[in-house]
Amino acid sequence: MRNLTLAALLLTAACTAQKPPPQTASAKPAETVRIPADPFPSTYKPYPGVTTVIQNVNIYDGAGHKLIGGAVRLENGKVAEIGKTVAVPAGAQVIDGAGKWLTPGIIDIHSHLGVYASPGVQAHSDGNEATGPNRAEVWAEHSVWPQDPQFTRALAGGITTLHILPGSADLFGGRGVTLRNVLGRSAQDMKFPGAKPSLKMACGENPKRVFGSKGQSPQTRMGNIAVDRQVWSDAVIYKRKWDDYNRRAAAGTAKPTDAPRRELANDTLMGVLNGDILVQNHCYRADEMANVIAMSKEFGYHVSAFHHAVEAYKIADQLKANTICAAMWADWWGFKMESYDGIRENIALVDNAGACAIVHSDDSDGIQRLNQEAAKALGAGRRAGLTITPEHAWEWLSLNPAKGLGIEAETGSLEPGKRADVVLWNGEPFSVYSRPEKVWIDGAVMYDAADPRKRPVTDFELGQPGRGDVK
Amino acid sequence: MKALLLLSAALAFATPLAAETIAITGGKVATAIGETIIDGGTVIIRDGRIVAVGSSMAVPVGATVIDAKGQWVTPGIFAGMAYMGASEVDGVDQTNDTGASKSPYSAAVDLAPGINPSATNVAVERQGGVTRAAVGVNASHEIFGGQGVLLSLATGYDRVTRPRAFQFAELGEEGGHLAGGSRPVAYLNFRNALHEAERYAAAPAKFESGRERESLVTQLDAAALVAVVQGRQLLVVHVERAQDILNVLALRSEFPKLRLVLFGAREGWLVAPQIAAAKVPVITQPMLDNPNSFESMASTKSNVGRMVKAGVIVGLGLLEQDAHWQARDLPNYAGNMVAQARMPGGVGLSWGEALRSVTAIPAAIYGMTDTGTLASGQRGDVVVWDGDPLELTSAPTAVLIDGVRQPLTSRQTELRDRYLSLQHDQMPLAYPR
Repeated sequence: MRNLTLAALLLTAACTAQKPPPQTASAKPAETVRIPADPFPSTYKPYPGVTTVIQNVNIYDGAGHKLIGGAVRLENGKVAEIGKTVAVPAGAQVIDGAGKWLTPGIIDIHSHLGVYASPGVQAHSDGNEATGPNRAEVWAEHSVWPQDPQFTRALAGGITTLHILPGSADLFGGRGVTLRNVLGRSAQDMKFPGAKPSLKMACGENPKRVFGSKGQSPQTRMGNIAVDRQVWSDAVIYKRKWDDYNRRAAAGTAKPTDAPRRELANDTLMGVLNGDILVQNHCYRADEMANVIAMSKEFGYHVSAFHHAVEAYKIADQLKANTICAAMWADWWGFKMESYDGIRENIALVDNAGACAIVHSDDSDGIQRLNQEAAKALGAGRRAGLTITPEHAWEWLSLNPAKGLGIEAETGSLEPGKRADVVLWNGEPFSVYSRPEKVWIDGAVMYDAADPRKRPVTDFELGQPGRGDVK
Repeated sequence: MKALLLLSAALAFATPLAAETIAITGGKVATAIGETIIDGGTVIIRDGRIVAVGSSMAVPVGATVIDAKGQWVTPGIFAGMAYMGASEVDGVDQTNDTGASKSPYSAAVDLAPGINPSATNVAVERQGGVTRAAVGVNASHEIFGGQGVLLSLATGYDRVTRPRAFQFAELGEEGGHLAGGSRPVAYLNFRNALHEAERYAAAPAKFESGRERESLVTQLDAAALVAVVQGRQLLVVHVERAQDILNVLALRSEFPKLRLVLFGAREGWLVAPQIAAAKVPVITQPMLDNPNSFESMASTKSNVGRMVKAGVIVGLGLLEQDAHWQARDLPNYAGNMVAQARMPGGVGLSWGEALRSVTAIPAAIYGMTDTGTLASGQRGDVVVWDGDPLELTSAPTAVLIDGVRQPLTSRQTELRDRYLSLQHDQMPLAYPR
């Protein structure tokens, strides 16, 4: 809610700047130049739903609780009530959930759907602007193809919100965007209203390989950090200039021509320094995460989450101390040197240390079964002697990624007032035999396994074999 | 000294003991024969082979007993295609022997010397219940990748059970790319290579005389393809598109002895009756349902179920070497096929079929009929699981290969144990605690 308010304020400020200054009887105030806070605003509108009560259903509420034989009411696009029983208003649709399970929709904090769309031809390769180590000026949302069929498969797997990131070729890969998993005609139609953008950063092998192989900097891990620090240092100067201008403009002592020249990459970096943009940092190795934590303190920003944090288990205590989430695969390892120390207990060990553990996909196949990845991690953690309840493990799939994206006040758990992003499973959702039966987004049924009319088909698939098939 | 002792202990653990008898008792025994599950069953293994499977059997005197009460017992997982042992770190070229883009040879390449049984991924996969695998070669500069092996995941060396078990070829999008830019060229290369193999077989000494100077097939490659064209070696062909599948099946009109296995076949369900009629088995990875190439537009999780329903023999394997596609996940893939059968309009597998798709069926496709089921006479490849073997939270508690109990440790378990506690006040974590 706070995010929404803030965004609305910024939006208002931006609009004001575009209007001619108001005429008053006194002296004409000087025009103030502002950086538009939201030039590509969300045009997402929730689809209509009906008041729905799912009762006699087992629930993981995403906030760590389990209810056997509970009920939830969805009303006006929101979770209205949750409990052993809930009020059933006249005219409400009532679903008997006997033998079924209800969870919050799954949130994938690391996806490239839309920017690496299916089919994966070169013409669809829109995820890496690998033309310089700092490309903080590019925005993933400008690459997102809303007709990517992969969104629909993710929906059938219970994904209701997903964060689309640029790739990891660059140290500063650009801005990421949080989407509702509802198809639209533009990326703006899918944008999660009010969700902060992110800055994708990358450690390790990819940036140094991509640029080092061109004879450019960075070529080494020390080069990675050196380039990072120079960029941050320059961003601090940029911010200083704008802060100074804004102060003088507010005092009425600045002319519009005093406004600094806009530098789009620095806009993004300044947004991070101002706390308006969250850092999502691709970083496998524990020692490199430690370097990044130190660097973030040097320049005064906060890392929201380390992604692909294969070695997070080695520094789980530091992640907790610095309130940084770790977004992890259940068990990917060994495909590159920096993934060599991956273990299946990673997620559970991070969680056990009290840090914020997130299951992420980075993959158009894995995103369809994030619940299964969490189940594997749960099993491995228990075998390592940790006590983990399934209702707690569900936080890895919804509430924790919501925290990592700064949208936890709006979604990520089945709590009254939150968006009605809900999945009804045909069995216990950590079982391999269970699948989503219905998916609600903002209280509207956007997927129903039993109803072919509730299975989206993208433009691309029309006229192709297999369109509209059970996936 | 302590290290030496540990080493000898490890060796003793890995060496088959002569005349050892093992009884796995009290488990829920899923035999991978039909839908059979024996509650409270016993599996008796002697000298590396299963000698008895059933309920209420006496444990032989002197047998080592593995108590499987409350647990499940299955045949070992047989990966219909995988890459363990052929590379250590995929992205580190020096450790990756799965392909060789700079070699002049293709079909002649024999993967066997590239297998390292000490690769850490062998232990990781074994820990997940994988006892055997067909290990593939990537086609890296020609449509033929070379000859893959059947691998035992037991500890020790020389674990290739059968070298040159199959030839691998690309005849879809990737085949067109490798051949120079189109499917027609891929087919031209294929036919040329097999005709060269026939010519070599007819008169090996004359192979080099009278050839066109620009002939694309080396003598070694032609010689290697003789077994393929004469039907003595399986030919695993990667294709996805329905029409590509039919085109591959049609190759048998020109080369009637080909023993084909379709690999991939993500649009197989569209031509399932034809595949079944041709009696050509399929190895595929079942959960891929994105149209992520123009040859896989009709991808669906119902592909396996629909093919099986039409009478196609389908085993599961990994479509390529990829981080998140690991052989230890194959039982979960199989479980997902059971889930698919429960979806409205979905077609999947029964539980027994699912188990067979990762045990008996892939073993049989590669002609290894003495593993993959729990029956008297079969190799002692047996896994005991702490829960339903297809479930995500389950894991093996015992793995036997050829009747020898295998360690369930790996580099990963050692990393886990080192970092279970991050306490390092007295000494760095690198010192034994």
